[in-house]
Amino acid sequence: MKKQKHVLLSGPYLFWTAAFIIIPLLMIVYYGLTDTSGAFTLSNIAQMGTPERLKALWLSLLLSLIATGICLVMAYPLALILTGTKVNATGFIVTIFIIPMWMNSLLRILAWQTLLERNGVINVALRFLHLPELRIINTPYAIALGMIYDFLPFMLLPIYNALEKIDQNVINAAYDLGANRFQTFWKVIFPLTVPGMISGITMVFVPALTTFVISDFLGGSKVLLIGNVIERQFTQVGDWNVGSGMSLVLMVFILISMAVMQHYDKSGGEQVVL
Amino acid sequence: MKKFLSRLYLAFIFILLYAPIAVLIIFSFNNSKTRAKWGGWTLKWYFAMFRDQAIMSALRNTLTIAVLSALISTLLGLTAAISLNAMKKNRRTVVLSALNIPMLNAEIVTGISLMLLFIAAGQLLSHMGLGVEFGFWTVLIGHITFNLPYTVLSILPKLRQINISTYEAALDLGASRFLAFRKVILPDIMPGVLSGFLLAFTLSLDDFVITHFVKGPGFDTLSTKIYTEVRKGIKPEMYALSTLIFASVLLLLLILNHLPGSEKKA
Repeated sequence: MKKQKHVLLSGPYLFWTAAFIIIPLLMIVYYGLTDTSGAFTLSNIAQMGTPERLKALWLSLLLSLIATGICLVMAYPLALILTGTKVNATGFIVTIFIIPMWMNSLLRILAWQTLLERNGVINVALRFLHLPELRIINTPYAIALGMIYDFLPFMLLPIYNALEKIDQNVINAAYDLGANRFQTFWKVIFPLTVPGMISGITMVFVPALTTFVISDFLGGSKVLLIGNVIERQFTQVGDWNVGSGMSLVLMVFILISMAVMQHYDKSGGEQVVL
Repeated sequence: MKKFLSRLYLAFIFILLYAPIAVLIIFSFNNSKTRAKWGGWTLKWYFAMFRDQAIMSALRNTLTIAVLSALISTLLGLTAAISLNAMKKNRRTVVLSALNIPMLNAEIVTGISLMLLFIAAGQLLSHMGLGVEFGFWTVLIGHITFNLPYTVLSILPKLRQINISTYEAALDLGASRFLAFRKVILPDIMPGVLSGFLLAFTLSLDDFVITHFVKGPGFDTLSTKIYTEVRKGIKPEMYALSTLIFASVLLLLLILNHLPGSEKKA
């Protein structure tokens, strides 16, 4: 009886997982490895090799790595400061970083256009202070800034959670055994936050690598990322085979970052970002 | 000194996060039609947006999809969590990994994969004289799919903390399985169910990438409408509407947090 009940319960979501998660991914593999007549080919993947597309892929990798690195460097001290504050309301701190997400994300990125423009808010303020102007709109720098802005909370929250979970007694024990503040941080606190950092890194790297909206809005369609190339292949060119082939190449990088995360994440994937 | 530095750093991050939002809110009160210049304060866009058919229909679509997808993904997530909880560890890991794919995968890949599925399903069904129309239903399916891992992962940890003996005691005392579930288990996992629902609602409300690939022409949510408007200039009504949504959600959150007996975490 008990068994049967669970079979009944698991039916709908197992169907959903198979129909709308697994099969669609297999469709990408199928389209990516066949031509329009359905015959096996590797030419779709080889399409990635044109100089323009390789440049986009290279720039995407570079920018997403830079953005991930800067997010990590910015988020770690921030998480330390936040855990240090004696405000006993995790909910409050988390909420501060989640509130911006209630504003439409496209508009928030678009707002950076207004902030960074030649006559934008920042430049007007800089001119007023007689400081040199910031000319980064429509350059890769603006895209990196947009990535850092958009994905910083994804880096912060896992690190903050990891720091929060550290037992104060462990830290006290380190001090009792004669460790100074630096040793305690480097030998005790830092290693305990590695899983949080790894999860933050993947949560930032994957969306940064594959974005097309940020580069569209802040790169002024002059700077192409691999996300833009693939998006255009589907919505403008309409060649699904080539688009799928390039998606497969992209998925290799996503799989690598997932494998890295799986390697460090001992909680079996039951940890959520929020 | 150290305290001062950390305050300064917090202020810097705070400005970084909230400056774009401040810009958007200020523009919703801008009397001039373009972002380029400031024309004084006005409330007119807040009235004009209700007369804009296209914006109102996008708003209706966005809210309908958000509510329905959150509701369905929470129900599906609840059944998934219950049956996952009863599974052996190895099997659970396998199923959970499959469920988690939309959360870990790139949105663009999830969007493309669903688009290919709907196209293929359309071709298959066309032999039977049927078809798949890109629009409301394809978007709804897409949103349920990317919401599902989040609702499962909100509910599952709560379920695993439950002491099964209380449920068995209820059964021993003559409760039906459904009654026992409703009266014993559901109250304990309710915070997880609610936070899963809220998370799903938020994600759906804000989604652009997946909607972009599965929506088809003629169907728009607020995000896809904004994306198509970018090139010809965003209507100021859009800033007003987004500010209004932002303020409503904020208000709702404040009310929820101050309800007597509510958990501090929303």
